[in-house]
Amino acid sequence: MQQTTVQPVIRGVRFFLAHTPGLVRYGSKPSRDIDRDPAVGDTLQAHLRGYADAAAYPPNQAFLGAIHPDALASLPTPWFRHAGCGERWGPHGEIMPEEEFYGWLKIADAFNLVSLDTDFIESIRPALDAHPLCTPADLEQLGTGVSQAELDAHCAPGTGLAGDMPTLPLFLRDGSRIGCFHAAHEVDATLAADVLLENLTCKTTAVLAMRTLLAQLPIDPMDIPYVLNSGEEAVGDRYQRGGGNLAKAVAEMSGCQAATGVDIKGFCCGPLHALAIAGGLVSARVFPHVVVVGGCALSKLGMKYRGHVQHDQPILEDVLAAVAILVSADDGASPRLRLDSLGRHTVAAGPSQKAIFEQLVKEPLQRLGLSFGDIDKYATELHNPEVTEPAGSGNVPLLNYRVIAGLAAMGKEITPAQVPDFVAAHGMPGFSPTQGHIASAVPFLGHAVDGLRGGDLQRVLLLAKGSLFLGRMTQMADGVSLLLERNG
Amino acid sequence: MQLQGKKIIALGERDGIQGGAIAQCTASAGAEVVLEVTHCFV
Amino acid sequence: MAEQYPREDMVVVLGTPTAESSRLYALTVTEGDPSWAGALAGTSLGLPVYHVTEEAIKCQVSPEVYEEQVTLMEMVLDVADIADAVQGVRDSSAPAV
Repeated sequence: MQQTTVQPVIRGVRFFLAHTPGLVRYGSKPSRDIDRDPAVGDTLQAHLRGYADAAAYPPNQAFLGAIHPDALASLPTPWFRHAGCGERWGPHGEIMPEEEFYGWLKIADAFNLVSLDTDFIESIRPALDAHPLCTPADLEQLGTGVSQAELDAHCAPGTGLAGDMPTLPLFLRDGSRIGCFHAAHEVDATLAADVLLENLTCKTTAVLAMRTLLAQLPIDPMDIPYVLNSGEEAVGDRYQRGGGNLAKAVAEMSGCQAATGVDIKGFCCGPLHALAIAGGLVSARVFPHVVVVGGCALSKLGMKYRGHVQHDQPILEDVLAAVAILVSADDGASPRLRLDSLGRHTVAAGPSQKAIFEQLVKEPLQRLGLSFGDIDKYATELHNPEVTEPAGSGNVPLLNYRVIAGLAAMGKEITPAQVPDFVAAHGMPGFSPTQGHIASAVPFLGHAVDGLRGGDLQRVLLLAKGSLFLGRMTQMADGVSLLLERNG
Repeated sequence: MQLQGKKIIALGERDGIQGGAIAQCTASAGAEVVLEVTHCFV
Repeated sequence: MAEQYPREDMVVVLGTPTAESSRLYALTVTEGDPSWAGALAGTSLGLPVYHVTEEAIKCQVSPEVYEEQVTLMEMVLDVADIADAVQGVRDSSAPAV
């Protein structure tokens, strides 16, 4: 049988943000610090910002497509003092208030892990009912809730549904308890409430990104045969920790009855690995469409709160972020995913940044006969510097852009004096929430698709690195890159 | 300070110089790397 | 680890990307500064600490290895500020002999 390949394209991208100040206490760093010193909880709460501020926050507006990331460069800093009014819905997705998000957490809960207060449910029901992605079946899932007395009983030590395994109370930003999250087993640490809360927030945010994508693009959810989830959450039980397949759970809740899927993990470069695999499946005509999703990383909430508190600024790691990307066969208009551009940081390459960036940028460009300057925009790790700098972690995207420009200078394509101009022209300010795998390359995808389809972009290089060494199985890092180019 | 013969703790960072790169450098100076860790703060 | 070898034999070499992170790491390994996370937080090690880009280290490393492993980042990082930060910690925590 003779079979020809087809060109894969990115048909569309949508994002989802949930502003969840009440969940910041369950980020890994804050929760460990609160365990040591409960007074940390009060300090945290005093530095949480309200929904209007989070919605108006320019980096969040850039994430949702309302402003271009380049516009951030000319905005006065600090960005968190920006007094503009933030729209809930941007061209690429919405930022949801925490009250409604708790409702969606319950809607996505297939195992009665979440109990919400009866009055709270009734208070959010109208907003959920009015939400364009909420169905009557979803509202049914909300249930009628439980009383505060029942929440008291669930949350008291040793009296939760799972015996001695703690139940987590769920709070709003103002400290009011509106529900609780149960453990699912008496002794299994992989089914503890904190782990399942991470997993269910990941599922819920991925579902909302995916539903937004499928609602706003001209495609029937029933036409999606395969979903790849690229989130990092370890879904499983004690016998198969991290066993996974959140992809199918997301498909189930997104109306993709004809789909199955699988999880692709690779730390922060998981989404790009997944995009490459999705492109391969489409190219080989295995499937006409593949959706790549990535849910949030609850554990990263408040990760750098100490630096923020120290500088008396709001805790900016207060949003959960998710992405959904539709990869399809060539439609003659959407940006092409150039599989022949795939850059890979190989085992033999070694640990230096030079080796990583040579394999992710220099070598693929050479292979395609392109120069550094032929790439209009490099979409690298796009962490918001206003989050990282107060904690001493520096400006991650700027550092990456300087490395790329440095490589161009080493190759004599530009002079060292031209490095700053190259960085300004081919880079962009960081704007992504520090949400693990979400922050690398993919936050720019919405802007990339817009610019490559109707704007002035010709080529965008996506690149991401993964910190494999954190899992203690290897000292290696990983990295992968992919070129997107204008169609036609 | 002579690196020759020293025991090295290499504390790298993902967005700076990784532990493995520090290890190769100090080993080339005749030191022995006894611990290599790379951190990531994002 | 610090107890396993004679202290005078040990050197901590950093690869941190900013002056601030270098200072915090250096404090952690010399004074056991408890305010930042890391494998060594909370233990007062009193170990000599250098950044890999400092001249004191660089001059002893094979130039070929340095070129391959560090030179690109040396171009990109603010190595003077980093060196000042780490030097500052060394100066302020020099053991009384």
